[in-house]
Amino acid sequence: MYRQKYLFLTPGLIALVAIILFPLLFTIRVSFSGWDVYNPGLSWKGGQNFSRLMADSRYWAALGRLSVMAVGTVLIQYVLGFALALLVWRDVIARRFFRVLFLVPMMTTPVIMSVIWRTIFHESLGPLNPIIRGLGLPGVPWLSDPVWAFVAVMLVEIWQWTPFMFLLLLAGLLSLPSEPYLAARIDGAGPVRTFFSVTFPGLAAISVGAIVIRLIEASKILDTVYVMTSGGPGESTETASYYIYIRGLRDFQIGYSAALSIIYLVIMIVALTIIAKLLVRFLVRPAP
Amino acid sequence: MTHQPLDPEPRAPVSRTLKLALKYGFILFWSAFVVFPFLWALTTSFKDANGVTNGATWLPWLQYQPSTQGWASLFGGPGGTNIVRPYLNSIWVTLGASVVSITLGTLAAYGLSRFTFRFLFFRNADITFFFISQRIMPPIVLAIPFFLMLRALGLLDSLAGLILVYVALLMPIAVWVMVDFFNSIPRGLDEMAWMDGCDPITTFFRVILPNAVPGLVVAGMFCVIFGWNDFFFAFTLTFTQTQLLPVSIVALNSSVTPWWALSASALVSIAPLVLLAFVVERFLSKGGLAGAVR
Repeated sequence: MYRQKYLFLTPGLIALVAIILFPLLFTIRVSFSGWDVYNPGLSWKGGQNFSRLMADSRYWAALGRLSVMAVGTVLIQYVLGFALALLVWRDVIARRFFRVLFLVPMMTTPVIMSVIWRTIFHESLGPLNPIIRGLGLPGVPWLSDPVWAFVAVMLVEIWQWTPFMFLLLLAGLLSLPSEPYLAARIDGAGPVRTFFSVTFPGLAAISVGAIVIRLIEASKILDTVYVMTSGGPGESTETASYYIYIRGLRDFQIGYSAALSIIYLVIMIVALTIIAKLLVRFLVRPAP
Repeated sequence: MTHQPLDPEPRAPVSRTLKLALKYGFILFWSAFVVFPFLWALTTSFKDANGVTNGATWLPWLQYQPSTQGWASLFGGPGGTNIVRPYLNSIWVTLGASVVSITLGTLAAYGLSRFTFRFLFFRNADITFFFISQRIMPPIVLAIPFFLMLRALGLLDSLAGLILVYVALLMPIAVWVMVDFFNSIPRGLDEMAWMDGCDPITTFFRVILPNAVPGLVVAGMFCVIFGWNDFFFAFTLTFTQTQLLPVSIVALNSSVTPWWALSASALVSIAPLVLLAFVVERFLSKGGLAGAVR
């Protein structure tokens, strides 16, 4: 009767292996080939793509930029999401209305919202600069200045994904037991003390989970950049995914882009594993 | 699970008022930030070329002459693109991929939660990790092999091809949610059914599945959100026959973008999932998500 257990697992496992593992192995093989527009096919070039990659400063710059963007947006999302979750957790007017409202951005299609944001950031016709000028500040060259374009992409990411942090942290807050809060009150702990000794430790595990999931998703940033800036101006908003996209699907250097993406994948796995381990060590206290 | 209302700390009235002002100030500021792009898209969708080039205006009749050109273009007016077909395509792909992912993912999750597996040196925890870790894979890594694979299967630029690819993206989510959910259902339930003479498959369908509906809803929501909102694979794996919604809207985005058509079609295409926010909130406030995210 236990033989039936394979009926549960195998269909899903086989589907996933077929759809993902073979393409991945294929990419690894392609990364050793000189496949491009002129020589399509699986020739053997050894490690040439990889030595070219090592010297490709545009690639490493894109990876560095991606790290700043991913870590920066995720930390801001975490702080804001936590603040919003605390604000609509308990005594607040129209609690459920605000909860729905704060969830809405994560339901919207990132690429479609990016198209809307692009019109918002438009220097002369968009609505943002008039508001900024109304506050007495000079207008901002949102998408034509390297630094501001980077800020604009980060703003859109924060708008889109703070709700995800909010969702997980609020779910965590709502599942906290109420006894420790009573105990804290009896001990005369103020709100700040209570937060750091009861609320935050109670949410540490969920925090780590939420941050790691968001870092994973943020490490893939491509849609927003593609629509809003196409990596520009110059290469100022070019992320790793976007650079690989240009090399592979625009320039058709299939072999080289395969090498780029394999190294990208390895770096992401290593970096995310280290970050996850560090977060667990520093945030989650061992059970007493 | 709700909290006992705890009386606020007794405070001096001034600092209490200040705190309340800060609290609601921030809530209102964030609400404005959230709503801003939607309101802008809404007002832009009623403009015409004149209304747009006159600069950022918000109020119809007072600041610009409203026009229904943008909304008419949803059905293929001048400057717009007919989004009825892409809309139906998106619905089919999202629902198809979600149903397949949840079916396969739920079965696998139940197996992983209740039985012990060993393939070579892979055990349950490794297999679960293998499923979930697929989310780490950046889409760009798979784009080219997917392209070649679908071409070999004759599924390029087709609904079936996209569903196949999306199953790989969505199944990890379904497994992730459902393994946790099944782990929270006591094993005693299965054992009782076995003692009554049910085999594992009957047990699963008759006893466990009816108890797993909240988990299925959460998994389904996440699958629909990620399926409906994907752009990259729809963009690289289809051309003209099978356009999905995000692709056809991004196609409007060029140097001379018809902002009115863009805004109207954007609003129409995000509308169904915005409604999903109400469902998520219901689950959240009733505590139904707590088990799923832990």
